[in-house]
Amino acid sequence: MPEQLLFAMEVTLNGLMAGVLYALVALGFVLIYKASGIFNYAQGVMALFAALTLVGIMEGQVPFAHLINAIFGTEIHHFGWHVPALLAIFLTMVVMVALAWAVQHFIFRHLVNQEPILLFMATIGLAFMLEGIGDIMWGAEIKKLDVGLPQGINDWIDVTTLEALGYGFFIDNLDISAAIVAVVLVAALIAFSQYTKQGRALRAVADDHQAALSVGISLNFIWILVWSIAGFVALVAGIMWGAKSGVQFSLSLIALKALPVLMLGGFTSIPGAIVGGLIIGVGEKLFEFGIGPLVGGATENWFAYVLALLFLVFRPQGLFGEKIIERV
Amino acid sequence: MKDMAAGNYLTDDGRQIGGVLMEMRNITLRFGGVVAIKDISFDIHEGEIRAIIGPNGAGKSSMLNVISGFYHPQEGEVWFRGEKRPPMKPYQVAYQGIARTFQNIALFNGMSVLDNVMTGRLTRTKTGLLAQAIWKGKAEAEETENREFVEKIIDFLEIQAIRKTPVGRLPYGLKKRVELARALAAEPKLLLLDEPMAGMNVEEKEDMSRFILDVNDEFGTTIALIEHDMGVVMDLSDRVVVMDYGKKIGDGTPTEVRNNQEVIDAYLGVAHD
Repeated sequence: MPEQLLFAMEVTLNGLMAGVLYALVALGFVLIYKASGIFNYAQGVMALFAALTLVGIMEGQVPFAHLINAIFGTEIHHFGWHVPALLAIFLTMVVMVALAWAVQHFIFRHLVNQEPILLFMATIGLAFMLEGIGDIMWGAEIKKLDVGLPQGINDWIDVTTLEALGYGFFIDNLDISAAIVAVVLVAALIAFSQYTKQGRALRAVADDHQAALSVGISLNFIWILVWSIAGFVALVAGIMWGAKSGVQFSLSLIALKALPVLMLGGFTSIPGAIVGGLIIGVGEKLFEFGIGPLVGGATENWFAYVLALLFLVFRPQGLFGEKIIERV
Repeated sequence: MKDMAAGNYLTDDGRQIGGVLMEMRNITLRFGGVVAIKDISFDIHEGEIRAIIGPNGAGKSSMLNVISGFYHPQEGEVWFRGEKRPPMKPYQVAYQGIARTFQNIALFNGMSVLDNVMTGRLTRTKTGLLAQAIWKGKAEAEETENREFVEKIIDFLEIQAIRKTPVGRLPYGLKKRVELARALAAEPKLLLLDEPMAGMNVEEKEDMSRFILDVNDEFGTTIALIEHDMGVVMDLSDRVVVMDYGKKIGDGTPTEVRNNQEVIDAYLGVAHD
């Protein structure tokens, strides 16, 4: 096989892996949007906050240490223990559920039946507030996140492809685990929404609030549930991104990368978020590989948005979104 | 308080009607300055078909919304199964055993007929979130049980052929029937129907009337329904409340109501001479 084609294949594979992460973030958006019509700008910050909290708990960091030290003149920073990764993930999830409850209780409960733009503004406020709280709680420095996922080049793939094709593919172990985790997560979400009472209730709320109430569904409960699930998805995304490039505040910007994914996949479709994420991931890597050198590179910065723009013009509902029918 | 036992009576067709299931006492509902319901009292007995009729804007739907917890009256009391009901949210009312349909059909359009009807079983499902995730066996057994009951309802309302169809694709008459099925799936103690025959042609109306009578007959379900088509109501119901401009102007058997001068005036208009 020609060298170029093999190289393109490797790029495609790496694009798929990157796409998985975009898909994870987009998934969080879709879940909340479907159930409550809220476009949650804070989804990216939630991933950051989850990752910060996870590192903080694992390292035994004292939350609000700076604040406490400033007020009481103490010098505490660490509890002096280390929490195992699985326990820390569980504890972080507890924090994310508490956050979901607080968001519903203090913000969106009071904004029921308001204009979508108002709800959107509220999530922008939430994003900045959460970023600030994350800063005060855990500090602003870049942190290393290691939950024990395998890192570095996958030797088996490298050796096998080298023997079979004469060219060794470079695939990061971390990307492979991210893909596996994402597949499991999506399968679990689909099983949950299809086969459980709460899943059915969730789909019902997404369809019609009044009817949902009349069959005994508490909207408040469902919204807390859906924010909790989005929190869990954010945690998973936060772990993957954090393990890859460290937990830093620029993590919150991945929310912006999820936007074109949503334009492609449709705002209300879970499969759409996945496929959209993969297309963007592969598309931007291949584009950079094929066209990038001709236009001076750095196409990854804008390719996704241009693609989204094209979709807005020719297929505004996205690949999987509900068709927009205008009746007069 | 009214003697419950005294409420028992025999209908014209010889059915035994039980004691008071629900009682509305001096209900007044205002929206700002507009009075939608003014000091209305009536009761619903176990096993009867009770109709609320009246011209457009009489406050019938508002009354149904008070019963199902969507509206909260400023004055008056709602008594259900011998107990005064505190102000409740609609989903809590559903858990009390009150199911309803809507005038403008509120179904889950993206879901299949079967799934729509299954949502009606939510109040009857006991295993919680964690149990469903962890304790698979028990949740599965319950799901099977629910499924069997739902299939019974689907057979009963003759919608087997469309079980897997997404509700959004169904014609109006069938949607109404699916909505009824969903309400029935909850095995309600009281079934509220908001204009079950609105917008239907004669044939569909006849079908729906038959189903309502059958439901009452086979499951012994107490039914309160709203209609403004007088003819249909008179054939269906055991007792009728007549509302006009938010006030109660008549209450009794169809024959009594039909001969009530105030009711005739409200429906036919009064000559101003």
